[in-house]
Amino acid sequence: MIRARWWGPFFAIGLALAVTSVALALGGYDVPQALGALWRGAFGSEQAIASFTLKRSVPLLLTGLAVALAFRAGIWNIGAEGQLYAGAVAGFTVGFVGGGLPAAVVIPAMLAASLVAGAAWAAFPTVMKLRGGTNEVITTLLLNFVAIHLTAWLIDGPLQEPQGVYNETAPLPESATLGTLWPGTDLHVGFALAVALAVVLWVVFRFTRVGFLIRAVGEGPEAARIAGRVDSGRLSAGVFLASGALAGLAGAVHVAGVDLALYPGLSQGWGYTAIAVALLARLNPLAVIATAIFFGAIQAGGTSMQRVAGVPLAWVNVIEAITVIGVLIAARGRSRSGGDAGAPEAA
Amino acid sequence: MIVALSAFLAAGVRLGVPLVLAALGEMVSERAGVLNIGLEGSIIAGALGSVLGAMATGSPALGILIGAAAGLLVGLAFAVPVVWLNTDQIITGTAVTLLGLGGTAAVYTARFGATGAQLDVPQLDRLRIPVLADIPVIGPALFDVAPTVYLTFALAPLLGWFLFRTEWGLEVRAVGEDPDAAAAAGLPVRRLRFGAALFGTLLAGLAGAHLALAYAGTFTENMSAGRGFIAIAVVVLGRWRPWGVLVAGLFFGAADALQYLLQTLGWDIGYQLFLALPYILTLAALGGWIGRARAPAALGLPWPRTH
Repeated sequence: MIRARWWGPFFAIGLALAVTSVALALGGYDVPQALGALWRGAFGSEQAIASFTLKRSVPLLLTGLAVALAFRAGIWNIGAEGQLYAGAVAGFTVGFVGGGLPAAVVIPAMLAASLVAGAAWAAFPTVMKLRGGTNEVITTLLLNFVAIHLTAWLIDGPLQEPQGVYNETAPLPESATLGTLWPGTDLHVGFALAVALAVVLWVVFRFTRVGFLIRAVGEGPEAARIAGRVDSGRLSAGVFLASGALAGLAGAVHVAGVDLALYPGLSQGWGYTAIAVALLARLNPLAVIATAIFFGAIQAGGTSMQRVAGVPLAWVNVIEAITVIGVLIAARGRSRSGGDAGAPEAA
Repeated sequence: MIVALSAFLAAGVRLGVPLVLAALGEMVSERAGVLNIGLEGSIIAGALGSVLGAMATGSPALGILIGAAAGLLVGLAFAVPVVWLNTDQIITGTAVTLLGLGGTAAVYTARFGATGAQLDVPQLDRLRIPVLADIPVIGPALFDVAPTVYLTFALAPLLGWFLFRTEWGLEVRAVGEDPDAAAAAGLPVRRLRFGAALFGTLLAGLAGAHLALAYAGTFTENMSAGRGFIAIAVVVLGRWRPWGVLVAGLFFGAADALQYLLQTLGWDIGYQLFLALPYILTLAALGGWIGRARAPAALGLPWPRTH
């Protein structure tokens, strides 16, 4: 587990803004204009806040929680991206097939299917890690590509829209889509669901025995054994699967709330950005709400920065990268301990 | 059919070579215990560096060298914190990937504008080997190719010799298996890891340069297209051995090229399934169903480990 000191997030964001400003100035851009556009694009109006920033933060929030949960237990789940695709496909399929049923039936079924699919996508890495200590970084990373290619195949084949022309599925029936949370904007109720889950996860970490044991396992199997004589293998497995389930949920929520159909490149690398989201939050679920919104804002604002000040959208990646580097610097010097064979761990 | 097969092989080699190059570098790095998932950043930097270098000097050969240097430069951003400051390898790698993709796109747009105009880049010409290039089917794919392809084929046995026949190679492997024991035996663990990791990023930069100057003929944003991650899979499927990596990389390239063959033959089977196949085989190798792929024991772990 890697957690920055308390001032880490502030330092990281400050560093990102400072370096970005200097680099933009060196690149000949009008820095106040660019940063102004970034701010207005993210928070300048009701539409900017709800339809752009908050809407974009939803998949980052859910995958960020998935990563925070796994990392807390010392599990390096780099596979949120693939688990998200699995959840998106499962959720869409259930919603499409069950579209004739009332929303109160179909929506929970979709979300449940995505949880199961996400967990299933994490099952193989879980078994491999427990059985022989195979590095889950590699297995989860590989499964991302399997998920992306299989999803593309499904959309090009069995799930393709009836005319067979476009590289997309038919749209979800009305009853299988998520309602609006903030009237007059595009923000769907998935945001409320994600925030609620963050609170639940925080309560679990803070106040329950399971949460305590998860944190103990993250400090190293020895600590966990001493703390409660727990079967750390079973606990790790449970956490790994739950992490996959959360990432899977992100997929279904995005499809039912935003895309309303399946497209091949449905995720913009959220499963990877989630790592930055979780680290910036110091793996604290409540803080993940804030950092997911921060990254959502950077992405929303980046679009307007490009339009207004001509700053390439690619700067969003640079800002994200510098933020992560800032967190790494702030985490320096924390004590570290290794886990089982091959698993990179730092506590 | 022969023509289609020949074209398929050529495409497989073209698509496979950048993967092999990057994966050979990653293999050396991982043998020393350093898992670099920031490889993507070095590849894309190599691609942009080679294009800028070739345009500035007018020489594609110099462009290739500058591209490799650019990969190394980004590699420093990964290897310095990871080896000397003990930052986490996975997270540092993630940051370096983001930095490479974002930084190159930003530099590219600043230099050439956002429109993606066709660049006038000096290309790396193919080097045709007489007689051998006339062999039917495999000749054009193997013996009428860019010089970087021959370099790639030569690197596999060279690295095999280096890793398994030289003192340095033994030291690199020792550091990746048991750094504590290596240090006790007097080996400079950090320096060896640093060197191996940087060598890996040099080859990744070379892979990007090949991609830009010998394959695509230009630079586009995100043109590395996840090859840094695929290279990590190639290393696993190749079981951390040079010949294995060469074969595995070409296999991944062939799976990628199959979509063109299927199109030519008019077979309507989902090519995406074939794209997923190499990953599934790699996972099977990790699971022990086809052979047993075993990672270096200290892969991904910082050293020295403090408590």
